[in-house]
Amino acid sequence: MINIFEVAETNEMIEKENLDVRTITLGISLLDCIDSDLAKVNEKIYNKIHEAAKDLVATGEEISREYGIPIVNKRISVTPIALVGGAACKTSEDFVSIAKTLDKVAHEVGVNFIGGYSALVSKGMTPADELLIRSIPQALAVTERVCSSINVGSTKTGINMDAVKLMGEMIKKTAEATKEQDSLGCAKLVVFCNAPDDNPFMAGAFHGVTEADKIINVGVSGPGVVKTALSKVRGESFEVLCETIKKTAFKVTRVGQLVAKEASKRLNVPFGIVDLSLAPTPAIGDSVADILCEIGLEYAGAPGTTAALALLNDQVKKGGVMASSYVGGLSGAFIPVSEDQGMIDAVVAGALSLEKLEAMTCVCSVGLDMIAVPGETKDTTISGIIADEMAIGMINQKTTAVRLIPVIGKGVGETVEFGGLLGYAPIMPVNPFSCDAFVNRGGRIPAPIHSFKN
Amino acid sequence: MKRTIITVVGKDTVGIIAKVCTYLADNQINILDISQTIVQGYFNMMMIVDTNHISKDFGLIVEELNQLGESIGVIIKCQKEEIFNQMHRI
Repeated sequence: MINIFEVAETNEMIEKENLDVRTITLGISLLDCIDSDLAKVNEKIYNKIHEAAKDLVATGEEISREYGIPIVNKRISVTPIALVGGAACKTSEDFVSIAKTLDKVAHEVGVNFIGGYSALVSKGMTPADELLIRSIPQALAVTERVCSSINVGSTKTGINMDAVKLMGEMIKKTAEATKEQDSLGCAKLVVFCNAPDDNPFMAGAFHGVTEADKIINVGVSGPGVVKTALSKVRGESFEVLCETIKKTAFKVTRVGQLVAKEASKRLNVPFGIVDLSLAPTPAIGDSVADILCEIGLEYAGAPGTTAALALLNDQVKKGGVMASSYVGGLSGAFIPVSEDQGMIDAVVAGALSLEKLEAMTCVCSVGLDMIAVPGETKDTTISGIIADEMAIGMINQKTTAVRLIPVIGKGVGETVEFGGLLGYAPIMPVNPFSCDAFVNRGGRIPAPIHSFKN
Repeated sequence: MKRTIITVVGKDTVGIIAKVCTYLADNQINILDISQTIVQGYFNMMMIVDTNHISKDFGLIVEELNQLGESIGVIIKCQKEEIFNQMHRI
């Protein structure tokens, strides 16, 4: 039988160390909403999502109350809209009308984000894909809760450099379109390589075409819990360090598994996966960078950071895999800058650069995330940064992503405030040298060889 | 059997157990096990209870115990047992 110390440990994690379930994400297939008539598509999308998700928020709150575990976000992911709207949308404005429908239904069912305003263009773009991509700046400016993601590369197909170039332009246009809010639109836009079909985390969640009609995916969190556990083994060997991370990750993930199974049962929707990510928030003590410091670094970004992050990421997976019957999504430590107080401190102290962050993304999920850069950064420079990050994903057979925010009207040394879970960020300098000729070549980078690994 | 864990944490004072037990009795909640310690002057109690015969909604019990805690000056949490079993047992 459970004893008082075990109960106290669990409740301490929840109350003092920010243990929570970060998100219950309901994936909904919209493939059966396809129609050649735009009005009908919008109507079918609204009805399907409303019917499927009407009890999502209430169920999440009920589970949270009964088990005493906070469930921070309730969200929805849908089939990439480029596929759903392709037959009906003849202009970018047509796609924007679908974005508005998604935003409306998200408000009505009470979820704080809806992901899937997406296109999968890792090898090539259909006319519909391109229309959707070109509609992103307007779609993100006129909606509040819609998130967009574009998959521009994969290990199997290589990198679609035409899409990379286009996304550099679209990120800048999105920044311009939302400049009144410090270019907030870019915080809802992710460019992926090897995007997973079952990711519950925003802004990159979409419901892949390989998925069932509806599915429940859960994202756990708990950087504060790992940090506290590690503070008890200061000075011990790597063996002790790694064992501690594994055991903690196991406990955190079990909570996610329980919540996922309960939500699945109560909503009568199959359980998909638990995403084993260490997802930080701007709250003090809920930081992945603080774990790196606890492992032994003065600041995230100091020499040793990539190794520390690699071991952290690997141990979290090793501990978490056994705790859940199905693991998927992104599964790894997130290193967003604006959403992690320790990362912000490291940038302000001068310990962490864009280049070091890029190195860190080689060993963890997901990529260059929530990084504010000067508003005058060129489109091609953003495309170059995207291409670098996509190459890391492609060659290493992992998911990588870029969520950069060129803050219009602001430069290095200034700070941008997004509020809430998105936090705030100091604007980081970008390498000023040009990659115009590289980005403007056009075409695609071929898929990599799958042998002779070195 | 659906088992629930009730924890009470706060500054030690007269009548904490009595008040909590009265509430449980009034709501047909049977106590299966109690353990209690004082850590650094703080009262720390855990009860394992049987909530199979409650007539109220479980969420309401959680809420009412919460309010009872506030009135005594302690924190009372009421959670289904599975969260602890999941975390601490393979």
